[in-house]
Amino acid sequence: MWPDERVVRFVNENFLAARVHPRETPDLFKKYSERYSAQWTPIVLALDPERAEHSRIEGFLPADDFLGQLMLGWARLAFDAGQWAEAERRYREIVETLPNTDAAAEALYWAGVAPYKGTGDPKSLKATGEAFKQRYQTTAWAKKASVWT
Amino acid sequence: MPITFRSDVDQVLKDAKTQQKPVLLDFNAAPM
Repeated sequence: MWPDERVVRFVNENFLAARVHPRETPDLFKKYSERYSAQWTPIVLALDPERAEHSRIEGFLPADDFLGQLMLGWARLAFDAGQWAEAERRYREIVETLPNTDAAAEALYWAGVAPYKGTGDPKSLKATGEAFKQRYQTTAWAKKASVWT
Repeated sequence: MPITFRSDVDQVLKDAKTQQKPVLLDFNAAPM
């Protein structure tokens, strides 16, 4: 997953990347695994500049799925900062570029929520609920969006 | 070009605050 050039580009463009290893950096591994309750490897956290965790990827994933989860974390950072338009843009990018990943259904859901949070207009929720009737129907995200139609 | 993973996590977190940039923190036990 890490050697994938899309993953490399995405991480280098958007994050400062740090790694702790139980044998190579045992003290740091212990310190940060306790701080963030990371009891397994691999785990990848997306932290904001104030060190708060916003997303977590646990376990190995193939490159497309891993990139999708990284992009979800990137979108979540904007969402949690109240940057609604930017969050929607990041979520829609996942749906458009990685439509066959598990991340896409989650991204479609939140791409509908973000504009509603920004405007209070429920039309984006209704449109998202309708969109889930056409795709990702078997996912939990479709069930969650079903109340919007 | 590989990802530039740094092991000086304390400094990375300080740099993140200065640069207002998010951090990807990888807990990884694979051979390095």
